[in-house]
Amino acid sequence: MKISFSAADEAFRAEVAAWLADNLGGEFEQLRFRGGPGDEHSFPEERKAWERKLAKGRWTCVGWAPEHGGRGLSISQQVIFHEEYARAGGPGRMGHIGEGLAGPTIAAFGTAEQQRRFLPGIVAGTEFWCQGYSEPGAGSDLANVKTRAVLDEASGKWRISGQKVWTSLAHESEWCFVIARTTPGSVGHQGLSFLLVPMAQPGVTVRPIEQLTGTSEFNEVFFDEAETDATNILGAPGDGWKIAMALLGFERGVSTLGQQMLFQNELEEIIRIARANGAARDPLLRQRIAEAWGGLRILRYNSLRMLSGAQDGALRREAMIYKLNWASWHADLGKLAMDVLGPDAELLEDGPYQLGRLQSMFLFSRSDTIYGGTNEIQRNIIAERALGMPREPRVRA
Amino acid sequence: MEFAFSDEQEMIRTSAEAFLADVSDSAAVRAAMASEQGYDPTLWQRLCGEMVWPAIHIPEQYGGLGLGFVELAILLEQMGRRLLCSPFFATACLATPALLLGGSDAQKARWLPQLAEGSLTATLAYASDNRQGLDAVQASARAEGEGFVLDGVLRHVVDGHSADLLIVAARGAQGISLFAVDATTPGVSRRLKPTLDQTRKLAEVQLEQVYVGADALLGEAGQGGPLLERVLQLACAALAAEQTGGAQQALDLTLAYIQERQQFGRPIASFQAIKHRAADMMLEVECARSAAYYAACAAQEMLDTQGDAFVAAELPLAAALAKARCSEAFFHCAAESIQLHGGVGFTWEYDPHLYFKRARASEAFLGAPSWHRERIATALMGESA
Ligand SMILES: Cc1cc2nc3c(=O)[nH]c(=O)nc-3n(C[C@H](O)[C@H](O)[C@H](O)COP(=O)(O)OP(=O)(O)OC[C@H]3O[C@@H](n4cnc5c(N)ncnc54)[C@H](O)[C@@H]3O)c2cc1C
Repeated sequence: MKISFSAADEAFRAEVAAWLADNLGGEFEQLRFRGGPGDEHSFPEERKAWERKLAKGRWTCVGWAPEHGGRGLSISQQVIFHEEYARAGGPGRMGHIGEGLAGPTIAAFGTAEQQRRFLPGIVAGTEFWCQGYSEPGAGSDLANVKTRAVLDEASGKWRISGQKVWTSLAHESEWCFVIARTTPGSVGHQGLSFLLVPMAQPGVTVRPIEQLTGTSEFNEVFFDEAETDATNILGAPGDGWKIAMALLGFERGVSTLGQQMLFQNELEEIIRIARANGAARDPLLRQRIAEAWGGLRILRYNSLRMLSGAQDGALRREAMIYKLNWASWHADLGKLAMDVLGPDAELLEDGPYQLGRLQSMFLFSRSDTIYGGTNEIQRNIIAERALGMPREPRVRA
Repeated sequence: MEFAFSDEQEMIRTSAEAFLADVSDSAAVRAAMASEQGYDPTLWQRLCGEMVWPAIHIPEQYGGLGLGFVELAILLEQMGRRLLCSPFFATACLATPALLLGGSDAQKARWLPQLAEGSLTATLAYASDNRQGLDAVQASARAEGEGFVLDGVLRHVVDGHSADLLIVAARGAQGISLFAVDATTPGVSRRLKPTLDQTRKLAEVQLEQVYVGADALLGEAGQGGPLLERVLQLACAALAAEQTGGAQQALDLTLAYIQERQQFGRPIASFQAIKHRAADMMLEVECARSAAYYAACAAQEMLDTQGDAFVAAELPLAAALAKARCSEAFFHCAAESIQLHGGVGFTWEYDPHLYFKRARASEAFLGAPSWHRERIATALMGESA
């Protein structure tokens, strides 16, 4: 066990920093420190262009295996990449759902042909993905999915009908991975399949939902006899649940490191404000700032422990606490930011509802404890799978 | 960077786990607790002779194993799980680091081999009042002839009644100095103080005109403040590892009980209110563990003369963080353990109270969480301490 970086790692750090210094300027200057959580609606086209720029430098999907178009970086070097990216103010990654979720899942469960079809677009920053899990009747109880898909042998297409909701960035995506019921009459975990569905088609309607921030990062997505090729299914029909759960494992993967670096930037801004406005003299705020700093260090070392183990998406004990840990920490940070700002926290940058960075973070952090499995569901998972406690009873209608 | 145990470290962990489960069960802890000495001397001999634990971080040239602080932390975590009653913490985590960091070659050659083989136990006596950190150093040191005269009352001295060697902090005209004082030196008197947590014994050490030679002084006269700071940081990192083990065990014994106890026709572990509290306990334990390992890695680089200076410089904050978080995690888990046991959790017979009391004592020992957080805040705000 060792936390110091090797000389080779430090040389790599210099390489990343130099590339960012050379490239994150000019037309991209305006993107610095933008587009992170709470600000994902900002500059979508410019940030997609930035993804292509990153891709030219081979800085997308850096942790992926070389045969999938990545650099196959060690955990140390991935940590360094994310640290330097955040230090330079690298913009929130438009491609994070593809790079962090869809890609690793396709790499793990897809056929060679599917990998050839889909991975290069993610690596190149030309194809963006969204996650079609939740439905009006299937939130925490994801297995209650009602969206149906039928394979039409004649046309060689899956036909999909149903409604997804809360679908982040659906309006910016070329593809959606959809959990749909392919066995008619099946219930629960059985009979679900994992389909890859193109968004640009008449059968797909995307309707933005206004969030409490006043902006719209997520959407309702309606599938009305939408189509996708018969080959665009991961695994076999009926494997949907297994794959959907494995994907949630990748959600707790290396991408978390990049997120922590954004948190670091937020914390530094809070400390800067506290020093400037006198909040730094309040003994209770000082305690909370120290607590926040410590919590972030712990997130870092929790994730390094988690990543130094299984890399196959299987959930280790440390991984099971990770979502609950960071989401709760970030919600507390949001409140701390407002308390440090004091009365000024009330004043917006501009009308009608233009939020400052920390105001937006404060509001958006309330979703962290909801999406990707709520805190309550996380506690159920920890109790049942990590601690071996009895499962929640299920009532069948 | 590799934030996981090596195979060798994993072996140290599993052998310590198995050994301690055998020798430090509830009955053994209770017997040691009730004894005046506070530990079983035969067991201490086994820890030293068979397991060679006190030698783990002492360099080979002084009769040690030459391993690092991470290995030490691994042992402490396991000791914490079993509430091991022994002079290990005082000897290996308070006194040995003072000699490693502050001792001359001659002082190391004189004391370390005996500490490594366990023929000598030792402790650190630095606080005279209820303040925290260096502020509490109030004993006095006066130069006289070739040596020094020490006076004062040192309180809350861990295993102070039984240690053979005392590392004493005292203030002189030029500032704080540390001295290695044989406990049998004339003028030294020690009194065991009954404590709320009976698994770690505390004593009051009185120094009345205690004359020590120049060879007792560690480092330069009056320059002991920074040395004591570093010793206390290492001690915090060590204690954090022990607290992590305690928190883990408080969770584990609670899990065993709630799976077995039935109410309303089902195990109480099936109630969501209880599941969620257990999940929160696990969250606390895992966060404590990461903080403790982080501090251990920083301590490792600091003790290693060829260590990474950048990481070594993180020790003050890493140790403060670990001490604060592990204290709170342990107390939280131990308190929850009593609650989730119900009535039996309130009895002397069941073990939760042993963890609860150890957690409470460890939280105050070496600085309370709020004190450590204030030090972190001072650093984050760019203020000088
Ligand atoms: C900003 C944001 C972005 C999102 N992006 C996406 C996306 O891209 N794709 C996607 O598919 N989904 C997305 N979601 C949806 C998200 O995953 C769901 O909101 C979440 O799973 C909760 O489901 P629900 O909203 O139906 O709430 P419900 O399941 O109705 O939960 C309501 C409350 O009940 C509690 N509860 C429910 N069941 C239990 C139980 N068994 N035990 C204890 N308490 C329980 C919950 O914890 C919660 O507090 C997003 C959500 C948000 C807020």
